[in-house]
Amino acid sequence: MGFHRRGVLSLCLALALAWPAVLAGRARAEPAETITVASTTSTEQSGLFKHLLPVFTAAKNIGVKVVALGTGQALDVGRRGDADVVFVHDTKAEEAFLAEGFASKRQDVMYNDFVIVGPKSDPARAGGKDVLEALRRIAAAKAPFISRGDRSGTHAAELRYWKAADVDVAATKGEWYKEIGQGMGPALNTASASNAYLLSDRGTWLSFKNRGDLTILVAGDRRLFNQYGVMLVNPVKHPQVKVAAGQAFIDWLVSKPGQEAIASYKIDGEQLFFPNATPDSKGQ
Amino acid sequence: MLQTVSEALTLLGTLDQDVVAIAALSLRVSASAVLVAALVGIPLGALVALAEWPGRQVLVTLLNAAMGLPPVIIGLILYLMLSRSGPLGSLGLLFTPTAMIAAQAVLVTPLVAALARQTIADANASLGEQLRSLRLSLAQRVLVLIYDVRFSLVTIVLAAFGRAISEIGAVLVVGGNIAGHTRTMTTAISLETQKGDLALALAFGLVLMGLVVAVNATAAMLKSFALRAYG
Repeated sequence: MGFHRRGVLSLCLALALAWPAVLAGRARAEPAETITVASTTSTEQSGLFKHLLPVFTAAKNIGVKVVALGTGQALDVGRRGDADVVFVHDTKAEEAFLAEGFASKRQDVMYNDFVIVGPKSDPARAGGKDVLEALRRIAAAKAPFISRGDRSGTHAAELRYWKAADVDVAATKGEWYKEIGQGMGPALNTASASNAYLLSDRGTWLSFKNRGDLTILVAGDRRLFNQYGVMLVNPVKHPQVKVAAGQAFIDWLVSKPGQEAIASYKIDGEQLFFPNATPDSKGQ
Repeated sequence: MLQTVSEALTLLGTLDQDVVAIAALSLRVSASAVLVAALVGIPLGALVALAEWPGRQVLVTLLNAAMGLPPVIIGLILYLMLSRSGPLGSLGLLFTPTAMIAAQAVLVTPLVAALARQTIADANASLGEQLRSLRLSLAQRVLVLIYDVRFSLVTIVLAAFGRAISEIGAVLVVGGNIAGHTRTMTTAISLETQKGDLALALAFGLVLMGLVVAVNATAAMLKSFALRAYG
């Protein structure tokens, strides 16, 4: 009995000793300061941040934690003061954010483009260069269409295109138009499983693996241009915002090395994001 | 389907440092949450089982109902409290592992308390009379009964651990699924599924299941040692 008692005790001791190791997780060298960036699923899921952040952290010794949400939610995280920087793609919503005083300056960083993805057989004959004509044909054919329905930048863009195409999607939507209320990846998964059309950003599409029968049908229309902007959350509204480190991240993104790092991110040789920060903002 | 499974099995061999870190975070968060839940839930369950006061039945019903609290609701409430704009915002805990531990602790404490209450109430039905005749105080009776059902309590704690490590709603909302900081096995599985990398998601799932089996096997081993030593 004494032996067993010792056995139990030593096992407990071993666990107790192992505990700090578990608690410590990995003991990597931590940067001096860490900021929180609220951004979009497209930048995270396309792998851009995984490519950019190590370069930035190595250059400036500032860590970056990215919370990836739809643009609307990401801006709300900024409004609540839960992020230092917001990096999103819905210029109208960003301007509202500025107007409400949650940031005092917005800077262009880069753009990518939206594409309309759909089944290879293209039953609605939507393929081509004209996004509005494509949407009109999809609506006329009542071909299955997946909408993000999550207040994201992509969702906002989709609604703008429907409006510009003079399709009152709120009134005409039926079985064929499904709002799934989820991110770009789940929307692509849903479209892939049901052979539906949808609007996607090119980056997420390129890094998406479960494509099934889907392919790009509409691309290259200038209206499909998708601008990303970055803003520091206003420290007047939220005093805990890490102003210096957050601004350093923004300055780096629009600087030459940051812009080059963005341009150098490729999947299968294809560039995903095109830097276009305005030269006058680089010096700030 | 078969192809995805075989791809997942191949990927298992290539899982790197990052996966180990994610698994360690999952283990650390859920184990800490369950530790808190056991320290709070077992005494609470015992008190509800033994103490006589009006309204006890209401409390028992509430406790049982709280086992069904949706994780995402717990996550949301905690998010609102821990947000910089919330009452506990100054702590700066949102999007940290500590917030995830708190969320999972809130999730599984009712589970531990409700199941412990039932187990201890059953033990009290057979031993209670004897204990009272020994003129033991409430605290002493609680301790004796907890000791009496200790092996059942291990199973309860393991059930709580299973619930904690497999949930995603709460950790996703309060943790934010930040790569390298708050990404757990479940949020990683969800992310890879969203990216359409089903094989990698499945490989992560296999790691998670392996982790749960390992924890249960360790507990079973400890229990059999203990049974032989003290049983």
